Amino acid sequence: MPEQRLLFEKTGRAIYISHLDLMRTFQRIFARASVTVKHSEGFNPRPKISIALPLSLGQESVCEILDFCLVSGSALEELPEKLNAVSPEGIRIIKAYNASRKPKDIYWVKILGQMEYDSGAPEDIEKRLDDFFAQKIIVIKKKSKSGISDFDIVPCINSVGFEKTSHNTVKVNAVITAQNPALNPENLMAALRQLSPDLAPDFTKFRRIEIFDKDGEIFR
Amino acid sequence: MDKIMERILPRVQKPARYTGGEYGQTVKELSAVKTRFAFCFPDTYEIGMSNLGMRILYGVLNEMEGVWCERVFAPWGDMEDQLRKNGIPLYTLESGDPVRDFDIVAFSLGYEMAYTNVLNMLDLAGLPIRAEDRGDGFPLVIAGGTSCLNPEPLAAFIDLFLLGEGEESLPELVKIYEDSRLSGETRESFLKKAAKIEGIYVPSLYEVSYNGDGTIKSITPKDGAPKKIRKRIIKNLDAAFFPDKTIIPSTEIVHDREVLELFRGCIRGCRFCQAGYVYRPVRRRSPEVLAEHARASLDYSGYEEMTLSSLSTSDYRGLRPLCDDLLAHCEARSVSLSLPSLRADNFSVELMERVQKVRRTGLTFAPEAGSQRLRDVINKNVREEDLLNTCGIAFEGGWNTIKLYFMLGLPTETDEDVTAINDLVNKVVHVWHQRAKNKARGLRITVSTSCFVPKPHTPFQWEAQVTREEYMRRVALLRSVMRSKSVTYNWHDADTSYIEACLSRGDRKMGDVLEKVWRTGGKLDAWSEYFSMERWLNAFISCGVSPEFYAFRERGEDEVFPWSHIDVGVEPEFFLYQRHEAYNERVTPDCRAACLNCGALSLCPEVGCDA
Repeated sequence: MPEQRLLFEKTGRAIYISHLDLMRTFQRIFARASVTVKHSEGFNPRPKISIALPLSLGQESVCEILDFCLVSGSALEELPEKLNAVSPEGIRIIKAYNASRKPKDIYWVKILGQMEYDSGAPEDIEKRLDDFFAQKIIVIKKKSKSGISDFDIVPCINSVGFEKTSHNTVKVNAVITAQNPALNPENLMAALRQLSPDLAPDFTKFRRIEIFDKDGEIFR
Repeated sequence: MDKIMERILPRVQKPARYTGGEYGQTVKELSAVKTRFAFCFPDTYEIGMSNLGMRILYGVLNEMEGVWCERVFAPWGDMEDQLRKNGIPLYTLESGDPVRDFDIVAFSLGYEMAYTNVLNMLDLAGLPIRAEDRGDGFPLVIAGGTSCLNPEPLAAFIDLFLLGEGEESLPELVKIYEDSRLSGETRESFLKKAAKIEGIYVPSLYEVSYNGDGTIKSITPKDGAPKKIRKRIIKNLDAAFFPDKTIIPSTEIVHDREVLELFRGCIRGCRFCQAGYVYRPVRRRSPEVLAEHARASLDYSGYEEMTLSSLSTSDYRGLRPLCDDLLAHCEARSVSLSLPSLRADNFSVELMERVQKVRRTGLTFAPEAGSQRLRDVINKNVREEDLLNTCGIAFEGGWNTIKLYFMLGLPTETDEDVTAINDLVNKVVHVWHQRAKNKARGLRITVSTSCFVPKPHTPFQWEAQVTREEYMRRVALLRSVMRSKSVTYNWHDADTSYIEACLSRGDRKMGDVLEKVWRTGGKLDAWSEYFSMERWLNAFISCGVSPEFYAFRERGEDEVFPWSHIDVGVEPEFFLYQRHEAYNERVTPDCRAACLNCGALSLCPEVGCDA
């Protein structure tokens, strides 16, 4: 069981920091704040920190969690302020607390996306998108280590809704699986591109806004 | 985030290189900024951000009131395609503003293979590449760095060069340019004025004439420019700016660690080594000042590793007490200390064992040549018995991985010298069998060879490079004798060494070649993914310039070099004397044992050389 947990945001220019680089960045943020966290044993000691649910490059999030073991250097409640003072642009710690649940309990993630149609959203777009995602099975081709495989995204979708916000933008709200297997929000767009290209937007940006357990309770 | 960038960035590799926003970057209020300075590093972010010189000058400039220095790096090909396709001009990382709108655009030039990137970056910025095509409305384009000590290949593209160390000369230049610009002075008149400042070279104020055989007849200054341009140095390193607070990249770079610069210059005088001559005289930071910088910079950065940097770290007087001091600080915060550039002597291994308690890395030595005879020729003062004994101590200490670097094609090299590399390696293997504590893990020796490139401002500046065919013949010879299972032999390709040889001793004619290479798609030439030998050879042909003339020709001792007007402190006569000593197979004592009056002392007679 991890002992302490940070809830943090990754927005703006920081969304292009990869998962691996973010781990290294946090290692240095702790060091800069003179906060000692538990290190691994052995030849090449590293701080034992882990970030649940790696975020895809280019996606924002306001609900990332990082687990670590605080050894010394700060009281838990002062930690966000101390760490924020030495963090790069776009990384902001919201809260530090003692963890009571395991990250594997995270089941659902709520995402918000903005779909952009450069030459205007198609006619009746909300209904057509609703109809598309109301299908019983939606099988997409997915690249994996062993090649291209079929992947039915429907079991991974708890809810999905669309709202046209301007002549060329549509807002997407969805609750999808966070892990085992995770659904990358990009896969929603991949489904459109592969199966109904006329509905596929030119570009979509996503923001992760909340994480939940299996029962739909907010995970902290 | 800009809408176009938002779409481009997810499509390119490692987009964090193009966003800025790292911890420690400097952002200034534009209304208080009088001079905007774009510091361009003509290679990728990962390489450029690893450069200590850039970090120093970034800090120095941003300490100036009214000056905002921002960073620019060469985009990788995928990003360049996106920029060009979407009509986005090259921009700085801090503000995202177009480079072409800046007052000064500066390039840091460390190695010749980055030259095509200079042209490419000027073009990506939307600036004419040739200085003569940039009038008064354009930014002032300047360059500095080690490879500008022969500035001639880039003379057509750069308005002025800063020679030597820039901590003092760059702020001076920025100030006088600011005054000049605000007073409405013309570019031409400004350049004439700037040429009178020590360390500033304005190529357009020098006329170069050639002999019938293509060699240089004369280099003539005009409009009151000095006959010789002397490099600048920082006389007191303790008082010089040190980047305690620097940018910490959010994405991994090549040297992703704290760098503590111990001293500049080198006491050794290896005759092939340009750095060993052009950074003279030796100037060191005191241990107390270094310890302070180490603490301050580690506190600021949060780095988990610190490296001691210099041309020959073993030669720092007081290295042991300094390491003890630093170790106490580093161990307490799980920071490891690394010591590259150690000499192969007993002290080195002892030191390595002490510093690598936190994390242990491999051992690397550069004997450079296999035979003692050839090591004497190049004045590499490493004796075989020192190297073997050092390895023995390392093996006893549990090391089982050693890297050994050599050059092929050094002046006077014979086949016996080449195979002597193998003899030396075999002796190392023998020492391992005798002295290794734990033989179960096996020994791994990696031998690397590269093709020697004669450099300006060295005793070997007159020498011919061996042809690529000859280099490959020597590689094949070495391969044919190298049989030990413990040894892996890597040889560097000679193609880039050949081009490097042309550029490093090139004259102004090389400018046309560079432009042709760039116009036919050349960029990122230090990367094998991009380098094309064919492109370079075609460019030489179409410009009517012979690469053999620059690489394979031994220069006459009375020849005027393209860099004859550049004064690095060391006297031309000293280089010639050292050349003759090399041919006599005579070594020269290091600068600590005896001063041979190379001339560099004249750069700071009041403080002296701190060898």
